Amino acid sequence: MSMNVDEKFKFLEHTADIKFKAFGNSLKEVFENSALALFNIFYDKKVEEKKAYKIKVNGSDFENLLYNFLEEFLILFDSKNFLPCRIKSIKFNEKKFKITAVVLGDDISNYKANVHVKAITYNGMFVKKQKNNWVSQVLVDV
Amino acid sequence: MYKEKLRKIEKNIYELPKEAGMHVPGRIFFSEKMIKEVEEDSLKQVRNVALLPGIIKYSIGLADMHVGYGFPIGGVAAFDLDKGVISPGGVGYDINCSVRLLRTNLTKQDILKKQKEVLDALDRKIPSGVGRGSKFQMTRSELNKILEGGAKYLVEKGYGVKEDYLHTEEEGQMKDANASKVSDTAIRRGIGQLGTLGAGNHFLEVLFVEEIFDLEIARAFGLKKDQAVIMIHCGSRGLGHQIASDYIKKMEKEYGFQNLPDRELINAPIKSSLGKDYYSAMCSAVNFAFANKQLITYWIREEMKNLFPKIKIDVVYDVCHNIAKFEEHFIDGKMQKICVHRKGATRSFGPGRIEVPEAYRKVGQPVLIPGTMGTASYVLVGTKKAEEMTFGSTVHGAGRVMSRSGALRKIRGEDTKKQLNQKGIEVKSGSWKSLGEESPEAYKDIEEVVKIVHELGISKKVARLRPLAVVKG
Repeated sequence: MSMNVDEKFKFLEHTADIKFKAFGNSLKEVFENSALALFNIFYDKKVEEKKAYKIKVNGSDFENLLYNFLEEFLILFDSKNFLPCRIKSIKFNEKKFKITAVVLGDDISNYKANVHVKAITYNGMFVKKQKNNWVSQVLVDV
Repeated sequence: MYKEKLRKIEKNIYELPKEAGMHVPGRIFFSEKMIKEVEEDSLKQVRNVALLPGIIKYSIGLADMHVGYGFPIGGVAAFDLDKGVISPGGVGYDINCSVRLLRTNLTKQDILKKQKEVLDALDRKIPSGVGRGSKFQMTRSELNKILEGGAKYLVEKGYGVKEDYLHTEEEGQMKDANASKVSDTAIRRGIGQLGTLGAGNHFLEVLFVEEIFDLEIARAFGLKKDQAVIMIHCGSRGLGHQIASDYIKKMEKEYGFQNLPDRELINAPIKSSLGKDYYSAMCSAVNFAFANKQLITYWIREEMKNLFPKIKIDVVYDVCHNIAKFEEHFIDGKMQKICVHRKGATRSFGPGRIEVPEAYRKVGQPVLIPGTMGTASYVLVGTKKAEEMTFGSTVHGAGRVMSRSGALRKIRGEDTKKQLNQKGIEVKSGSWKSLGEESPEAYKDIEEVVKIVHELGISKKVARLRPLAVVKG
């Protein structure tokens, strides 16, 4: 399968759940595109940018950090009925495995969302550098 | 290739032989027809589970097995209490994803006369799909009581009758639950979701008893031909998902995952304080799921009463599909307390077990196997044979064979609805996409799965149910 350099993410086959790969020129970008893939699972059409939430996460390695980062959106989804659509800003401390980000979106009740993501999983998860690009793989439980 | 290593032991039983690192062999309960299509990755997961310390006898894959995360779905694994481990991945993220069956004093004909009204009323009252929160608002302290008291607590508050929880696995309450072991984040995710179905494969169905296979046992379960029944399939919602995630991360921090073949296999010794904390938190999620279905049952009664003033609705039984439990089993000639993980599997205890409600103790526990939308569901009965062969366990459903995206490429939600309507089944769903993804064609043939467990004797057919109205998450 050839990779389009402009491609942000792509979905892969999985029997029960949903698996994706995300790409980026930097760690920051691959994290951002991983989040976009997740948002696309929630809802694949246009979402208004009416609300904003600030998130802060820590991790112990890149995978754990990605897991925690993505999980924040599940928590906002369930507890605030927040449907995210775009990462407005992201600060990434690679050495300390810390992320601060602002995410934009709208109230879920304004949309007919299709999938409820139960959890981010570690199954087959990776964040790694391939040549000059970063790539992540995530399987979410739906 | 693990598939090539499989060895047939007898009809419907295959062994994945023990090799380097495995403490026990794997045991796969598939028919000859299905074993040809067994997923290589699910066999690898059976093998990975066999690497965990303290595992007893064998790592089991039941007839509905498919790939999960860490442990396969349709998997059973039992662990020694001294040497063994407890693993959130062996339970799954949707802790106590479970099924409750209600029986009514109505017939198929009664429902058919008001088929659309029934569907509309249930769909209106019981939130399903994504982002539809609950009308049931509660305080944190009330939620804590639910986490520790389960369905029993809600019944005591007036949301049902005593038989409701008595006819639930664990009598609707895991007594080892401890709400203080549940994170604030998990509470925030769950507090607005009590009494909601959720999305994905969860559903609420009105069905009728199409065929009885064992008259005597059906009578004991209060079931007869053409009777209308209702099935609820849902779990512990965001609360349970977060508990699983929280403890996976805690266990990683405490024990590291470097020696594991798969990061999702993270575990803690059963005896460790973290192992105990996970169990207490898991029990809290189990109780939340029991209470969830209790509240939904209460609303079903309200709505159905408006349509059928003389209706009477009783709980047949409520079974857990994703759970870890301490149970006594006969191991190497003596009764031993062990920790049984059932992930996408149903307990299937035979006659005489104290855990089976008194009303059913003579015949064995009801086993509820939901089919997929539009296909049959089954009521089976637990057996002694299951206690001997599978730590008292059987299948939980059909099991997927097609990915969601694969299903969507082949099947449109609109077509699924049309096909169901042609079969006389009314359906409501959160979205067309969800209907397409959950189309019957995306699953294994429930008939084949049930046939295998019946032939094996790890549960026996009692009745087949056919849907009339479906509310899909």
